[in-house]
Amino acid sequence: MSFFSLFDLSVLDTTIRLATPLLLACLAGLFSERAGIFDIGLEGKMLAAAFFSAAFASMSGSVWVGLLAGIGASLLLSTLHGLASITFRGNQLISGVAINFLAAGLTVLIAQSWFQQGGRTPSLLTGARFEEITLPFTKILGGIPYLGRIYAELISGHSILVYLALFCVPGTWYILFRTRFGLRLRAVGENPAAVDTAGVSVIGLRFAAVAICGILCGIAGAYLATGLQAGFVKDMTAGRGFIALAALIFAKWRPWHALWATLLFGYLQAIALRPDIIESAFGFKVQVQLLDALPYILTVVILAGFVGKAIPPRAGGQPYVKER
Amino acid sequence: MDVMPKWAEVVLIPFISLALAAILSVIVILAIGEDPIAAVKLMVSGSLGSTYGWGYTLYYATNFMFTGLAVAVAFHAGLFNIGGEGQAMLGGLGVALVCLLVPWPHWTLALFAAAVGAALFGAAWATIPAYLQAKRGSHIVITTIMFNFIAAALLNYILVNVLRPKGSMDPATERFSETVHLPSLHDLLAPFGINFSKAAPANVSLIIAVIACILVWLLIWRTALGLEIRSYGKSGRAARYAGIGSLRITMIAMLISGGLAGMMAINNVMGEAERLVLNAVEGAGFIGIAVALMGRSHPFGIFLAAILFGFLYQGGAELALWTKIPRELIVVIQALVILFTGALDNMVRMPLEHIFLAIQRSRSAKITKPVD
Repeated sequence: MSFFSLFDLSVLDTTIRLATPLLLACLAGLFSERAGIFDIGLEGKMLAAAFFSAAFASMSGSVWVGLLAGIGASLLLSTLHGLASITFRGNQLISGVAINFLAAGLTVLIAQSWFQQGGRTPSLLTGARFEEITLPFTKILGGIPYLGRIYAELISGHSILVYLALFCVPGTWYILFRTRFGLRLRAVGENPAAVDTAGVSVIGLRFAAVAICGILCGIAGAYLATGLQAGFVKDMTAGRGFIALAALIFAKWRPWHALWATLLFGYLQAIALRPDIIESAFGFKVQVQLLDALPYILTVVILAGFVGKAIPPRAGGQPYVKER
Repeated sequence: MDVMPKWAEVVLIPFISLALAAILSVIVILAIGEDPIAAVKLMVSGSLGSTYGWGYTLYYATNFMFTGLAVAVAFHAGLFNIGGEGQAMLGGLGVALVCLLVPWPHWTLALFAAAVGAALFGAAWATIPAYLQAKRGSHIVITTIMFNFIAAALLNYILVNVLRPKGSMDPATERFSETVHLPSLHDLLAPFGINFSKAAPANVSLIIAVIACILVWLLIWRTALGLEIRSYGKSGRAARYAGIGSLRITMIAMLISGGLAGMMAINNVMGEAERLVLNAVEGAGFIGIAVALMGRSHPFGIFLAAILFGFLYQGGAELALWTKIPRELIVVIQALVILFTGALDNMVRMPLEHIFLAIQRSRSAKITKPVD
């Protein structure tokens, strides 16, 4: 065993799986925060989506119905967040806290009422889960040393939502930096008054951003319950919404950097599952608790500005009041 | 913007917000197929119907008074301290170290030292977020969230690797010695001829919490520092113009806030568990947000809100015990309270302001009539 076992294909494979929900949630937060709406309710939206996707997939037997239900639930919470922070100009952070608790409580309450299994859904069977997809030519290319193996074992064999999440990275970049909508969305997060003066609806743009955030969180939650695992269990997001938030700061609100940040945090989660590998690579034990805390510590360091300052969108967190 | 009379501000708006939260909670109970009237009856009898129930209600309320005050002091300085959970965890560590390392001759001395230890550790955990906010402009909400997770990992490490007694599998410290045992309400009330339940965990910390409420009231409304904190919270720019240093106020407010959150540990760690366990705080740091919002950041309001949440917590436990309603109902109610008293405050306020404005107009119209 050596240092290179840290980059074992199985560890990297797990990294991709664990990074996917982080990436989707991180991009979700990116849309919202770029439009000037802070969202610490990513966790709650993912949790709600995880429950409703698992519940509907279990009842209908179709994972696609589950995905739609998950997105619907997440969108509903997004609407609530938009209502509180855009329409009624309330405190966006407090609204996010409320949404997290609402999701944490309601998912268990409804799960208990629907399934009577102690706040969880029944285990999902084939068809109610996202299956792994084998990409074409895996068999032929798999024989090639190194690159072929990477293709067959690392790139191929994930559920469709993993590829969707990866596709969302250039997608987000294109929308934000190459379309008119994206330009306006970023402008509304920096200087809403200017956007308003140009005759574009600040409220409309912000609601659109919050809705996109809801859809992406919905997919993230659905992936957790129907892709990564087979069913919903209480509090299954386990802080992933906050790690995504940390990744967003780490990435300084940029899509490609979000990918790298979530892959890094996904890697930390993956390696924490394999203490044997760490020990053989470094020759000493690294505390699991340190690995758990590392994303948060790194984020604080970034926030402190020691490794390049993270500057959030300027109008973030402030409700827009039209001057009369 | 003094459109509304003071009574509407202090009583009417919180009442309407709470009523909305209560109505939605009833709808939730109905939706999961349970009887809300029976549920409320059970909650009341379970938490207020006996001294045993009261003992638990007041025990929870003690926790929430500390964390509620913590959130409120930061609110007054315009800061949102969401890190009460982590600060209370560290406070627990402070209490455990004080109780385990020193052979205390009497509980009074131990309580004093433990309170100081808890406050110091809690305040220390708030120092870095406060400093980064004041000096580097890093958003305190994000840093305190991060520090909650770091605190959980740190405590996990310390309990598993350092403070766990040899041979024990439980990630917890050993039991504190008998001499640091805090008197419960049973012990305190017995000399007055009141037979309070022996099994309930409410203890002398309740009195400390009430004293803390009074001290925070004095600090915020009766001292120069309190005035500075409030003016900084109302407008940082105006305060700076008046010579109030933002670094100083941010640090002081956050240290007091962290200290108060940490002091919760004298109740749950020293008063109840009598050892430090992994999940000692049980979300009380977050409930402090709901309590502070509901109490409008005023110590008296926080006192009442803490007792209400204590009632909800104990009532929720009874519900989980006797009915099919899970304990998470309380989390939902807590979320609704935060939503309506915090985030959707304007939803209640805007229509009321319109009504009061209309009343004022019609009144002034009546007054001006005789003139012409």
